[in-house]
Amino acid sequence: MKWLLLLVSVAAAEPRSGALDMSRELQAMQADDSANPGMLWVQEGEALFHRAEGRAQKACADCHAGLAGVATRYPAWDEATAAPIDLAGRIQQCRAERQQAAPLARESEPLLALAAFVTRQSRGLPLAPPEDPRLAPALARGEALFRQRRGQLNLSCAQCHEERAGLRLGSALIPEGQANGYPQYRLEWQALGSLQRRLRNCMVGVRATAPAFGAAEYTEIELFLARRGAGLAVEAPAVRP
Amino acid sequence: MLSSARWWLALALLATPAWAEGDAARGRAIVTTRQKGLCLLCHSGPFPEERFQGNLAPSLAGAGRRWDAAALRARLTDSQGLNPDSIMPSYGVANSLRDVAPAFRGKPILTEAEIEDVVAFLLTLTADE
Ligand code: HEC
Ligand code: HEC
Repeated sequence: MKWLLLLVSVAAAEPRSGALDMSRELQAMQADDSANPGMLWVQEGEALFHRAEGRAQKACADCHAGLAGVATRYPAWDEATAAPIDLAGRIQQCRAERQQAAPLARESEPLLALAAFVTRQSRGLPLAPPEDPRLAPALARGEALFRQRRGQLNLSCAQCHEERAGLRLGSALIPEGQANGYPQYRLEWQALGSLQRRLRNCMVGVRATAPAFGAAEYTEIELFLARRGAGLAVEAPAVRP
Repeated sequence: MLSSARWWLALALLATPAWAEGDAARGRAIVTTRQKGLCLLCHSGPFPEERFQGNLAPSLAGAGRRWDAAALRARLTDSQGLNPDSIMPSYGVANSLRDVAPAFRGKPILTEAEIEDVVAFLLTLTADE
């Protein structure tokens, strides 16, 4: 009987967006496009999306009509590099190869803006990570990274986000660490930032080394976050304290 | 040949811990300073002036009644030696950690003297509050 109850409770455990634990004010700010500061980046991204760039003098819009739902399926398998790629990585790739334009650096304003514009088109749609067996090894590495203790404080992501979500670390309510709101406007940053920036914050918080932006480890962790958050509605650009 | 009085004196010296006496006031500052002791990220305690105390760990109130100096010292120095699953950092241990940021590499979070200060302070927390 006990195992049955256990099964039921595991099945009932649905992923929980960090937005649900914010103040009403921040929830309202996130939900209202005219108050959500992240929408400035979305607008900038829309303009960039339609601008012809590079030696090819092509705009993103010349190849893509709309990109609704696309962000729900990232990270995805990239045939060209035979490796997983995140959405920002795909945008960088299109820019370099199809537009033949100067590369956009990770965490640069134009790349954040384009990623925000593309991800915004999936708002409200459930995260649907691809069931691609070629992603399995990277997904497994991502889960291992999530469970690995690290840094001078010797804590793993799982010890906070799986075992202690909902409790308080000092003033901060520990969220489940879901990735459905990125890129995201964080009041602390006074800017839009990527999931990788958030992951670096957590790594620096436990006094660990953080891999450079764009490192494969982040995509591996993101693959695992997408898997455990499957079904959550995309909220980007989310707002966080 | 040692006289029996000197023999007893030598024994007493050996039995005296090498640790200098900790300073409870300094210990309090370490415990309540978030960038130093980090204790209040996880613990609460009788520090009414400190807002935003964590709730990942038992309250520090009464710690000095529940534990003696040796037990507190052991816990602070190597919490994960006592319980490998503990999330409380081993404040006196610098090796056996992975991916430590360069600024902190090879250093324990607190020195032995700082741990003594914290022990001295925790021993004053005898009320259950
Ligand atoms: C010591 C606790 C702790 C550890 C360890 C930790 N985090 Fe976090 N994390 C937090 C807290 C607290 C927040 C909430 C943000 C804030 O207010 O600082 C957060 C926020 C996040 C978010 C944003 C969630 C949202 O709703 O926007 C993600 C994603 C995340 N963490 C992932 C990770 C990953 C992956 C790791 C390991 C590499 C990790 N965290 C390690 C405490 C931790
Ligand atoms: C990351 C979380 C964390 C931090 C930081 C932390 N602790 Fe702890 N501490 C715990 C947990 C959890 C326990 C419960 C026992 C265990 O799981 O190891 C504990 C147990 C204790 C105990 C025994 C409590 C009792 O009465 O049973 C004392 C005393 C203590 N800690 C003191 C401190 C002091 C002093 C500091 C800072 C110098 C500190 N801790 C920092 C998590 C933490």
